[in-house]
Amino acid sequence: MSRIEVPMPQMGESIAEGTVSKWLKKPGDAVERDEPVLEISTDKVDAEIPSPAAGTLAEILVAEGETVEVGAVVAYIESGAGAQDAQAPAASAQAVPPPPDVQPEDSDARGVVAHSASGVAASLPAEATEREDRATAPPTLDAAASSRDAARAAEAAEPSEVAESSEQRLRAKSTPVVRRIAQEAGVDIGRIAGTGHLGRVTKQDILSYIEQGETDPATRSAPAPPASSRPPQPAPSLAPSPDSLWDRFHDEVEHPAFPVREGDRVETMDKVRRLTARHMVLAKRIAPHVHSFIEIDFSAIDRLRKQNRKAWEDQGARVSYTAFVAWACARVLRDFPSINGTVSGNSVIHRGSVNLGMAVDLDPGLIVPVIHDAGNLSLTGVAKRIVDLAERARARRLAPQEIQGGTFTITNPGVLGTIVGMPVIPKGTAAILGTGAIEKRVVVAADPESGEDVLAIRKRAYFSLGYDHRLVDGADAARFLARLKALLEDFPAEA
Amino acid sequence: MVRAPSEVAGPPAWGERILAVRRLGRIEYGDGLALQARLVEKRRRGEIPDTLLVLEHSHVVTLGSSARAEHVLASRAELASRGISVYKTGRGGDVTYHGPGQLVGYPVLDLKPDRKDLHAYLRSIEGVLLRALAAFGLEGRREPSATGAWVGGAKAAAIGVRVSSGWISSHGFALNANTDLSYFEAIVPCGIPGRSVTSLSRLLGREVPPAAAIPAVVAAMVEEFGYRAAEEGALPRGRADALAGGRNSS
Repeated sequence: MSRIEVPMPQMGESIAEGTVSKWLKKPGDAVERDEPVLEISTDKVDAEIPSPAAGTLAEILVAEGETVEVGAVVAYIESGAGAQDAQAPAASAQAVPPPPDVQPEDSDARGVVAHSASGVAASLPAEATEREDRATAPPTLDAAASSRDAARAAEAAEPSEVAESSEQRLRAKSTPVVRRIAQEAGVDIGRIAGTGHLGRVTKQDILSYIEQGETDPATRSAPAPPASSRPPQPAPSLAPSPDSLWDRFHDEVEHPAFPVREGDRVETMDKVRRLTARHMVLAKRIAPHVHSFIEIDFSAIDRLRKQNRKAWEDQGARVSYTAFVAWACARVLRDFPSINGTVSGNSVIHRGSVNLGMAVDLDPGLIVPVIHDAGNLSLTGVAKRIVDLAERARARRLAPQEIQGGTFTITNPGVLGTIVGMPVIPKGTAAILGTGAIEKRVVVAADPESGEDVLAIRKRAYFSLGYDHRLVDGADAARFLARLKALLEDFPAEA
Repeated sequence: MVRAPSEVAGPPAWGERILAVRRLGRIEYGDGLALQARLVEKRRRGEIPDTLLVLEHSHVVTLGSSARAEHVLASRAELASRGISVYKTGRGGDVTYHGPGQLVGYPVLDLKPDRKDLHAYLRSIEGVLLRALAAFGLEGRREPSATGAWVGGAKAAAIGVRVSSGWISSHGFALNANTDLSYFEAIVPCGIPGRSVTSLSRLLGREVPPAAAIPAVVAAMVEEFGYRAAEEGALPRGRADALAGGRNSS
């Protein structure tokens, strides 16, 4: 018995994805090779997708109405003897009632649907009689599930392999699309509680998991899982989850399409892009953003770097300007609980530790690994964490907890020469610091000997603090920036 | 991914193909669906050539797969009182109206030779409509985000197609000849609010019955798809089922 993937086929050059409009077969149904299994729709076309093999439709991975990329697996066909018996679902759950309304005369055409009196469309099953044949002695879902798991284990196990290898668990719990998203975001799928069939991690699961900054994924409440296929969920709280609110806000935002002009190129957003877009729209929509700016002199830090470079190298640390800024932020934030907090419903959460999100450019794309408990790290400790996280972010090798739980974010547009930016505050936090390019500027300074004003050349940079005005007032931001400036310009040698 | 025996056998190239044209007159929407289903099956098996059905429908509002219920503006009772039936149907697209005065074309084509591309097929159908409009001296245009044939900001023809297993097309286009456009007030055509519809009659300032547009549409099909010729056989209404190996004979 083998398991064959049914992919979303390439149905045209400019078609990057398709929406599953209708499943023509149900799990447990027998299918012939080339027999239509589902219908997809894209633009003004509906198309039938034929089965790549004869066998039994074992599993549907993409629900009607969901859109997936070309190449994504939408279902599995099990071919070979015994597949059908093992997979036949309980007929009572599958039975489709006859449509309640009067049918047009030629209603046998596939795809014709009659409206019930309530205005709800009821599909007209062409294979209703076939389905009844399988109603006798249906195995329970649990039995089907365990036999399938056994089959899967037998199929995947190699002599030298332990039955529950992580690769196998990944396969069992996800589709290639989900695995790819996980890989791109550096997330371990094994940690996610799947809401799909048999606890499978769906695309929605991983997208919300990645979006979800703070909550422990294992206890996160999920949409109704299939009965008896998963352990009981913790009792849902009465308040709407942040995720459902987030989804609702996003759905309320209009995302208009624009005409394509000749010579244009149209491409579908990849997952990181889509997640980023979603996050930014909502982050900007929910938090009233204010930005304040300050100029920081890096002369003292420059001197420290020169003096200590050798010593730091011996400790295996590359201490960048960003490390100084991160260390200083972590110190100052301890005294500004609102900036290191967030609005949560009608409350304010002041976070117990400073977890610094460090925006990393993946070119293309962006990810924000988090230095947890940065307030208790030394300067070289922060520096090492930054180097480590940035390297692993670029290699897509971050663990899920390493991109979660940030309480304050630092982004460094200056690395590419930008002198100042106005960054968007990540959701669930109150502020973000943008650091502009550090460059030599001519400034008016006091002559150390005479005390007279003189023109001097100094390394300086503009910093911008974006903050949520629901929680942080302009004066708070000004005090925070002034403290940060003071600390950076008179940097403690013992840090 | 999509395979059919004929692919191996090597079907004739487009230039050697004949387009069979069947005039069906006015038929009920449901009959049209059933007929198409049978023709698709026959075309898949290679029993009939590429076929273009040209016809008119009785008043009907149809909802494509991406239709939104709110785009049917009139209540079901209102629609019923005007003799308009409602179908949810297996073509792509949103809501549309068909009725007397509108030339409906259902190309049942085997797209395998060189048109295994859903969007390319849509663009070809648009091309057919633009050519047909040109035959009336009208300059139609495409809108990148709104499939159809547009003249001066209004939609003269709507498109919604289906491609069945084996790359066989069905459904197609609806060109307003002398359609009573007031019926479109019952819906938001193709889900694009605020866009109006137009007809050949309105554009030309004279009555253009659907039959008068058939030659232009057929010629446009031949040109756009590169058929060697169209073989037109007017088919009386009663013979539509016979053509499709219909239910009465079996």
